[in-house]
Amino acid sequence: MTIWIGIAVGCLGCYLLKLAGLSVPKSVLERPAVHRIAALLPVVLLAALIAVQTFSDGRSLVIDARAAGLAVAAVAVWRRWPFLLVVALAAVTTALVRQLIPAS
Amino acid sequence: MTTGPEGTGDATPDGPTPDSTIQGNSNPDPPDLDWRLTRTQVLRDSMGVAIATGAYAISFGAIALAGGLNVWQTLALSLLMFTGASQFGLIAVIAGGGAPLAGAATAIMLGARNALYGLRLAEILRVSGLRRLGAAQLVIDESTAMSIGRDTDRAARLGFYATGLGVFTLWNIGTLVGAVGASWLADPRALGLDAAAPAAFLALLAPRLRGRELWALALVAAMVAVLAVPLVPVGVPVLLAGLVGVIAGLIPRKGTTQAPDPAESIDSSEPDDQPTREPS
Repeated sequence: MTIWIGIAVGCLGCYLLKLAGLSVPKSVLERPAVHRIAALLPVVLLAALIAVQTFSDGRSLVIDARAAGLAVAAVAVWRRWPFLLVVALAAVTTALVRQLIPAS
Repeated sequence: MTTGPEGTGDATPDGPTPDSTIQGNSNPDPPDLDWRLTRTQVLRDSMGVAIATGAYAISFGAIALAGGLNVWQTLALSLLMFTGASQFGLIAVIAGGGAPLAGAATAIMLGARNALYGLRLAEILRVSGLRRLGAAQLVIDESTAMSIGRDTDRAARLGFYATGLGVFTLWNIGTLVGAVGASWLADPRALGLDAAAPAAFLALLAPRLRGRELWALALVAAMVAVLAVPLVPVGVPVLLAGLVGVIAGLIPRKGTTQAPDPAESIDSSEPDDQPTREPS
């Protein structure tokens, strides 16, 4: 149930942001700081999500098979391989490492 | 720098085609171009983006299921939130065991850039009333990238609606396919699907890392988040990283270190809005 609340709040917030852009006078959002923050937020949030999702189990820091998956994904991204290939390679690598080292 | 929609015209996934030969590849979108040719070009670009995005949605559907959402919740996100990075952000926080509201906050912060896209698009679309309420939902990376930078408002509007509606359709179909497919799996973790999400984030992040400052900021944000994991509730580390971004953005910059305008960097901000990549 609480997941539905999170979904509802998130969807409403995201929609209102989209609508605000089309609706508010330009001067309200047309500020350098607003632009900088909007451009920087994806960078910091994505970097944090990568780090937390790879190196933690939610409560504590761990290094496991996911790190190998991310390393392979990094190479694939660097080589500019297609998105789905990047994601698939990370998953397959992680699954293989788990097969080899069951504890990871 | 950004290539913009005009730069994508000669980089359609299928390469040179009869139409692109007619108009010449060096300057795909000249102002005197016949509208029918322009329309064909715009629609083809939009289609390519929509197909690539639909494929990407399959991975979203599967990852959402692996993260603990059910099929209906996953479908609701694609239908109602409809902005990829935010959707991934929300399921990532929930998958890690974080509070759903922390997930919502992450999603909303990731969606802040859409408001700035709207600023650009408002002048082009000039919509009001119910039409504006509908158009707002289509304001995403892809529709903005395929709209701004066109030579005429007419072509820009076509790019926006064709891409927005095309991506909306295929994004939701792709989500359905991925979610239903993953719901048949007994243990998504055995397939390594929990590592698919960070890989997806990496693919989203990489094109944004332009210049040393952004690299440094990304590393600081990652460090802050990781160090905070044992100290604060699940989901909060990512929000702390968001705070780092806000603080960094509030520091006034001078000289050459201009802030990247999100609307200028979107052409490669998400892998699915790069028509140069093969839609698979």
